This record gives sequence, C-alpha cells and structure tokens, in this order.
Amino acid sequence: MPTGQIVAAPSVALKVEASRWPAFAAAFLGLFLIFGVGFAGPSAIHNAAHDARHIHVFPCH
Amino acid sequence: MFRRIVFAAVLGGLIAGGIATAVQAVRAVPLILQAEMFEEAAGKATLQDQAAAHDHDEDAWAPADGWERTGSTLLFNLLAGVGFGLLIAAGLALRGQGGWKAGLVWGVCGYLSFVVAPALGLPPELPGAEVAPLAPRQIWWAATAAATAGGLALILVRRGAIGIVLGLALLALPHLLGAPQPAEHGGIAPAALVREFIVVVLVTGLVFWLALGASTGAIYRRLSAA
Repeated sequence: MPTGQIVAAPSVALKVEASRWPAFAAAFLGLFLIFGVGFAGPSAIHNAAHDARHIHVFPCH
Repeated sequence: MFRRIVFAAVLGGLIAGGIATAVQAVRAVPLILQAEMFEEAAGKATLQDQAAAHDHDEDAWAPADGWERTGSTLLFNLLAGVGFGLLIAAGLALRGQGGWKAGLVWGVCGYLSFVVAPALGLPPELPGAEVAPLAPRQIWWAATAAATAGGLALILVRRGAIGIVLGLALLALPHLLGAPQPAEHGGIAPAALVREFIVVVLVTGLVFWLALGASTGAIYRRLSAA
C-alpha cells in the first residue's frame, strides 16, 4: 500500500521520541530508592537501614 | 521499555544485594558490632539507644541484634541494589547497550561514582567516629556522586579533547572544594579497626557493583532479545 510508508514515518519518529522517557522515569525511581535508603530521616527506617548505610559509604549519624 | 528496565534492575538488585549482604555479614557487620562495643564501653549510645538520640523519640523502633538486624540490612541492601540497578539499566537503555560486559563497565563507573569518589573525602565511618555535621556531608556525598558520574560520562560518552578536559575537571572539583571535615579526627574505635573497615567496605562495594552491573546487563539483554 502506498500509504503504508506515510503512516509508518511519524510512528517511527514517535517511538524514538517516546523511548527516552521510560529510561528517565526508571532512573528517577532509582534515585528515589537510593535516597530513601541512604538519606532516610530520623525514624525507624533510619535505624533499620543503619548497617546498610555504613556499608554503602552513605554519611550516617 | 520501562518494564524491561525495571525487571532487569529488580533481578540484578536482588542478586547483587543478596551477594553483598552475605559478604558483609561475614566481613563488615562484625566490625560495626565491634565498634559498637567500644562505643558502649565509652558510654556512648549504640544503635538501639540511638533511636532516641536520632529523633528524640524514645519509642522509635530499631532492629534487635541478630536476625532482625541482618534481615533489615538485607532488605535495605536489596532496595539499594534495585535503586542502583535502575540507574544502570536506564543507562544501558539510553545507550542502546546490553550484556554482562557493558553492564560491568556501568558497574565500575557506579562503583567509582558512588563508593570511591565519596570515600576519598568521607572515608567509610564506623559507629563512634568523629564526623562533621550530617547535612553538609550528605550534600557533599550526593554532589560528589553526581559530579563523578557526570565527569565519567563526559570522558566515556562525549569523548574528544573537550570531553576529557571537562570530565577530568568535574571529577576533580568535589575534591578541590573538599568534603566537610570534623574539627578533630578520630573516634572511639581503634585505628586498626577503622582501617580494616575501610578496606572491607571498599572490597565489598566492588563485589556489589560488579555483580550488579554484570547481572543487570545480562538480564537486560535477555529481556531485550525475547
């Protein structure tokens, strides 16, 4: 079909453009987890993460 | 793609976090417990007592020594593994890479950014060490990790003379500014224990990051091929 190519072009462009956002979203989620573990405020979470924090060289105390 | 990244990161994080917890339980945690014994002997608060010291809330929960404490450490190692794994998998996806070898390169870069560079200014601490106030150290830690990751990216991805010069400058910047230091160095734990802890943390960190990079890279490639 001659129209096939015309339709395909924007969808490919969209795919490339959209494909970066999942990676950025995943990286953001990763940072959220890392800061949650390493910078947990004063609470039960902070105490529970104590040894993990020392071992991952996060500042503690 | 998001699901592939998350899946690879979760599996890689579980593998690396599990391995790291096992190695740490044998090598690193005994040193922390020893340091706490010195703290206790010196009349300072240990982890259980610190619940109160940290947030002025005497009811705050702290894990009891033994399985509860090991389990907590495992849980947070796994969470950290998944978190760092997400960064690696996202990097692999953005660069169109995969496989354990590419993952290893990312793992080494992660180790340099999140362990080696921060440790140069803020050496791994045992409980009871003399330290500068927490907030400036956390800011320096995060800024140093970000600058090191950015510097490595400029050198390895941007490349060329400009990339290398700017990258090296970014790598050096946090250390030229200097980490927040305590007025007096030292602590309760003996120097030999502190030195051993630094070596153990740097080695277990390397094991963690190599396992994380290789497994996340390998799993991400398998998922991409499927």
